[in-house]
Amino acid sequence: MHLGVSESMRECEYSQISTRSSTPMETPYKKRTPKKRKWESFPGRNKFYCDGRIMMAKQTGVFYLTLVLILVTCGLFFTFDCPFLAQTLTPVIPVIGGVLFMFVLGTLLRTSFSDPGVLPRATPDEAADLERQIDVANGSTGYRPPPRTKEVVINGQTVKLKYCFTCKIFRPPRASHCSLCDNCVERFDHHCPWVGNCVGRRNYRFFYMFILSLSFLTIFIFAFVITHIILRSHQTGFLNALKDSPASVLEVVVCFFSVWSIVGLSGFHTYLISSNQTTNEDIKGSWSSKRGKDNYNPYSYGNIFTNCCAALCGPLPPSLIDRRGFIQSDTPQLAPPTNGITMYGATQSQQSHMVSESETESVTKTSAFRAPNSFYRPPPLLSSSSKAPSPSS
Amino acid sequence: MVQDWRKLEVVDRCVADSYETPTMAETHSLQDLQQPAVSSKVFVQRDYSSGTICKFQTKFPSELESRVDKQQFEETIQTLNNLYAEAEKLGGKSYLEGCLACLTAYTIFLCMETHYEKVLKKIARYIKDQNEKIYAPRGLLLTDPIERGLRVVEITIFEDRSIGSGR
Repeated sequence: MHLGVSESMRECEYSQISTRSSTPMETPYKKRTPKKRKWESFPGRNKFYCDGRIMMAKQTGVFYLTLVLILVTCGLFFTFDCPFLAQTLTPVIPVIGGVLFMFVLGTLLRTSFSDPGVLPRATPDEAADLERQIDVANGSTGYRPPPRTKEVVINGQTVKLKYCFTCKIFRPPRASHCSLCDNCVERFDHHCPWVGNCVGRRNYRFFYMFILSLSFLTIFIFAFVITHIILRSHQTGFLNALKDSPASVLEVVVCFFSVWSIVGLSGFHTYLISSNQTTNEDIKGSWSSKRGKDNYNPYSYGNIFTNCCAALCGPLPPSLIDRRGFIQSDTPQLAPPTNGITMYGATQSQQSHMVSESETESVTKTSAFRAPNSFYRPPPLLSSSSKAPSPSS
Repeated sequence: MVQDWRKLEVVDRCVADSYETPTMAETHSLQDLQQPAVSSKVFVQRDYSSGTICKFQTKFPSELESRVDKQQFEETIQTLNNLYAEAEKLGGKSYLEGCLACLTAYTIFLCMETHYEKVLKKIARYIKDQNEKIYAPRGLLLTDPIERGLRVVEITIFEDRSIGSGR
């Protein structure tokens, strides 16, 4: 061993690595670092609970307000109105109320806690490949090129696919980037602060069930509280009835103000489902006949029944982001060179590791798995990717 | 920037030189010898001409011309497309599953898999099978699209180390 030379070489190696995040290269054997789950290094602005099982938006204040309103109103109904109604009319009333309440709560939690259909961001290799293709198409190099779009014909309609600069992918049709959550979401409907999450492909049916059942619950409570007051005022007079059950007043007020917005929203979404549109498309008027005579919705199945079935009973796609998977960090990682030359890992697991760590690094860097005598081999296909612009989120 | 990779190149030579001595660097070089080096990756993008269903372009990438038969490749992609179509198919069975799930407040999925998940497992088995039979002997590796968020079919091209230095 040529001590003098290799020592200084090793110093170079160590100084290179020490500028990066901690990797156990200095130790003579691999230290067992605790395995992290993928949600812990998720690039979007989401909050995760229960070790990645629950996924919500960053701002959840309004969600808690929704929860409190529902729980308090129903709680008051069951405590103060139901005993009277069960005795006077029928005990079926609290039972139906209970079923509706459980359904509302279940669908609300399901909407709020599930992955709306977030598209994972492109791996550095994919992004480099796309950039290269776009550079070739544009013929431009250097500074950031103008916004990129791709056109595709779907069912006779020309649809523009936009390139997302944050996620570094061409967004599939109907997908949109939510600026609040900083994610691209498939079949993006809208970001609902009341449920504290985006509404997209995977949770739209739960959202619709939620607002539909909440409409029924609101009307149910409103109707039966009024009935309760009326029946009581037959017995003791109107003012006394109000005095005996003050909670009913609060319930009537809450229900009265909610019923208009919630029933209205249910009606609106029923229309959207039957025409197979998203809120996003409807607001933009993407498929409106006002845009042109030949403008129609290419995603509609033609009849209302099929559209409804497809939206509500169609197959539920799985989550694409694998929140609870482990980040594979068992292979030795070398700090990749920073001049944009890409080194590839031989296994997919390294790829997933790099996805999580490469948020702030250059697009073309991946984990380096070096082979002796072949450490630097510029792949001819990627020589132009060194000019790729750094990500700007 | 240029200085960085030159340092690393020197390190690499050092590693190769110190091959005979038992050092940590040597352990890595031994491992590296057994692993084929990756030459490049090819990405087969999604085909959205039929709408939002999961379908990949069957166009044969030029980088694979020397490696695999065009027919074979197109057949693989077409089979994948068919499998994804089966997963997303709207029909009596999927409606029944959807209604049943709704009635049980989606708790039924705690004990059973969705139809989509079953087909995804089938796809994973198919890809593994194709890799073993067709692509690995030719120095290629197909990555399951689900690991890339169903955006691309990633094909890793391994350089043939027996030939010598890479292309």
